[in-house]
Formats: sequence, structure tokens, C-alpha cells
Amino acid sequence: MQCEICKIKAATVHLTEIVDGQRIESHLCQACAQKEGITIKSQLSLNELLSSLIAAHQQADERQTDAVEKSCPVCGMTLEMFRKNALLGCPKDYEIFDKSLQAIIEKAHNGNLMHKGKTPPGVPQQVVSDNIEKDKAETEEENKIASLKKQLDEAVRKEDYELAAKIRDQLKALQ
Amino acid sequence: MRLNELSSKISQWFNPDAPLSDIVISSRIRLARNLAGHKFISRCNNEQKQEILQILKEAILSLGESAEGWVTPLGDIFFIDISQHSCLERDLLVERQLISRNLATGHGPRGAVIAKNELFAAQINEEDHLRLSVLAGGLNLEKCWQRINDIDDAIGKKATYAFSPRLGFLTACPTNLGTGIRVSVMLHLPGLKMTDQLKKLFESAKDMNLAVRGLFGEGTEAVGDFFQISNQVTLGINEEKTVADFETLIIPKIVEYERLARDKLLVKDVNILDDRVSRALALLKNAKLVSSHEALFLLSNLRMGINMGRVKEISINTINELFMLTQPAHLQINKGQNLDAEQRDILRAETLRAKLN
Repeated sequence: MQCEICKIKAATVHLTEIVDGQRIESHLCQACAQKEGITIKSQLSLNELLSSLIAAHQQADERQTDAVEKSCPVCGMTLEMFRKNALLGCPKDYEIFDKSLQAIIEKAHNGNLMHKGKTPPGVPQQVVSDNIEKDKAETEEENKIASLKKQLDEAVRKEDYELAAKIRDQLKALQ
Repeated sequence: MRLNELSSKISQWFNPDAPLSDIVISSRIRLARNLAGHKFISRCNNEQKQEILQILKEAILSLGESAEGWVTPLGDIFFIDISQHSCLERDLLVERQLISRNLATGHGPRGAVIAKNELFAAQINEEDHLRLSVLAGGLNLEKCWQRINDIDDAIGKKATYAFSPRLGFLTACPTNLGTGIRVSVMLHLPGLKMTDQLKKLFESAKDMNLAVRGLFGEGTEAVGDFFQISNQVTLGINEEKTVADFETLIIPKIVEYERLARDKLLVKDVNILDDRVSRALALLKNAKLVSSHEALFLLSNLRMGINMGRVKEISINTINELFMLTQPAHLQINKGQNLDAEQRDILRAETLRAKLN
């Protein structure tokens, strides 16, 4: 097979790109591929792509987390103060610092983030049952993501990039 | 009720007839609660603390008056204004495990409502607005849960708790969030200590998210081989299941290991065992100065000897009583005066000799 660009040398770099579900194949010689900015390594770029995707996601997360200087309108608590003595100032802090507290709560409670115990008088036990249902749904979704990630790795390993792209899109939709 | 009425007798939960009490000293369940619409304690001024104290004191005391709808009545209860009592009296309550060291040494308006039988204590303005505890002798957690659950609901009808459907009961420290429950059991494990198996216990406890700490003394270096095992996770768990796990799985397993260790000692190291028990008894019967640390250590060995049938002439009840009454604040309050360390050691030795000879 000849190189699609210079039409002289034999094509040794075979690139399959999937953009918006469209499959585009290119066959280039080493020299032309380099000129196009494609290196042999780029065939494995799907993993890199995925990790950059995750990194972007994390950055977005960090932007969402509460700014350090934010303080509670009820008790005047700041995150800095909480970090010093590990005690919150009022019930409202759990809303104000929701995002920042999440990791701490998760760590302290073995990954749990939702109440599944009793309710005080006047609060129906149903709210807790709803938590259990919600938690179950979330766990199922997490399991689904984990399973898709595994399938993605497998597809990349087998160099089935068409399948990998499909899985990537599914993952994107879920995350 | 005067506090020195408490100091001369042994706590009801220190009961040798309770289930598995040769190994399980006591069971305790604690619930952490806060009032909605009030700041947590660390951000309250004295006026705000006083207001919280008043609301909770009244809500709890009113439960004692009306037995209406009560499955498990509280019995005689009384309020103790902690800030109005001397250090010694506060220490007495700490030694009797009715209040925490934290409440005793805290600042500002704070108090406790305590049942005369000492099986119930509500601490107000500790780390949280309210810390309820119910105690029982031996392994008796199911009963503790029924009682404390009733009491909690009754107080919850009179005062509104801070609660979020997603996070449960909101607490000052996120480590108590959700159920706010701490299930803890006090164990006497000299067999596991002597056969060098405590490390194994600590490791498996850690795997199960359980905290183990020495009851007396610092950290895991428990004086007298008394340990407290409790749950660490409070969010995302169910109270009944946690209590049932402790009562039917975790504690019976530890008790079984302790019994196996004791059996092994009787077969393989009976001379070492007898020597240790006899030395403890000889010292306790004769020493003229005994520190609280030494008393714990010796009484623990003697307790093991009695429970393993190596000492017949002394009852477990006598030992339990000595554990209680030889503590520093107990000695001083019963004597009616403040004593320095040496005077306490003399009095402690006298108390021990008088009871054991």
C-alpha cells in the first residue's frame, strides 16, 4: 500500500480515527506521518486521551469545591478553622462545605455517604429508604463505569479502536 | 441526690451475675445529638450554651416525671450542674464512667442528667449538645439499644434534633455523623495478653473498622488488660444491625478466643499463671503503698485467677468493688478530704488490705 500523501513510499503507519462515530482511516509512510505530527506512539493515544479526560474532570471538580475563604453565614466557620480542630460550627456547615467535607466523610465512614439509620420523631423513615435505593442505584452506576473501563482497557489491548471509541463515548455519557 | 451517695458503692453495671461477665465487664451505647437551629458547642458563647442546657435539661427531666407510654422507664433521675461542682466531684463522675473527661474539664454552662441506678447518663454541652448513654453489665447490648432508642425518641418529641435526610443526625465532628451511635463493650482480656495474642486482635479489629483502646492507661498499652471495643463508622450503617453484629458475632468471637487462651494457660503454663496470681494476691494483702496503676495491674491478675478457679476464697464482687473504690477521686471523697499522691497510695493500700485479709 502506498502512502496517501507522498504516493511514493510504502505506507507503514495505519491510523484509524473515530470522530463522532465516523471512522476515518489513513495510511501513511513514516516520513509523512511525522510531518503530520503523528508518531507511532500516537496509536496508543486513547489511554492518554482518557487520562486527560479524567484530569479535566478533576479540574472541574476542584473549581466546584468550596473556596477556602468561604465562611458560613450562620456561625462564621471557615474551612481553615475546621481543619484546625476538626469540629464544625453549626448544622448549616454541612451544606456550606458539602463538597469539601465529602472526602473526609467518605474516609471516616468506610466509603459511606448516606444515612441508613433511624430518623427523629416527625421525619418519616421513608427518607432513609430512599437513601438506600439511591445508594443502590449509584453503586450500580459505579459498577457499570468500572466494568466499561475494564472493557475499554481490553479493547485497547486488542487494538480494537472502533469498539474502544464506542466505550469511551458511553463512559463520557455516564460520567 | 448528693454525689457522695454514689462514691461508697459499686456501679450497677459492674455486676458479676451479668451475661459473660467473667470477660465482658459492661456494654454501653452512646448517641450523639444536636438541636436544630443552634450552633454547635465550639461556636457558642455562654449565653447560647445556657439556653441549650436549659432546653435539654427540661426535656430530659420531664421524662422522669411521666411514665406515660414508657416501655422502659428511666427511674429516678437527677440533674448535675457540672460547673457548680469541685474538680474532685467531677473526677468521681468520670471514674464512674457517667461523664467524659471532656465534659469534666470543659468550660461554661454544661451538665448531666443521670439515673440513680447509673445505667443512664445524658451529657449536655459536651462536644455535641447531647450525648446520651445507656449502660448494662456484661454483654447486654440489645437491651441497651431498646432503652436508648426509646429515650432518644422521647427527647426528640420535646426538642427538635438537627437532622438531614441524606447525612442523618448532624454532629459537631463529621466522624459521628449519621446515626451518632457508638456501641462499646469493655472487656477483660488477660488470657490473650499472657499468650501474646493481642496484636492479632488489634489487627482484625482494624480490618473490621473497630476501635480498640485500653480502658485505663494510655493508648493500647492498657493497664490491667481492660479494653474497650467500639464501632468507628457511624454513617451508612443501621443501628439494629450494628448492635446485633456486636452482640452475636464480634464479642462472642473475642470471648471465645479469650477462653481458648485461658484453657491453653491452664494446660501449658499453669505454674506461670499461679505464680502471677499468687504474687498479685500477696502484694495486695501486704503492701503499704499502692499506686492506682499498680492496683489496676494487680487486681486484674487476681480477677483472672478467681475467674479461672485458681483463687477460691475471694469473690469477684470484692474485686470489682476494689477496682471502683481505689480510684483517686473515690478514695478522697470517701475519706472526706483532698489527699496528695502519697497519702492516696497509703489509703489505697489500707483499703486493699482491709478488704482482702
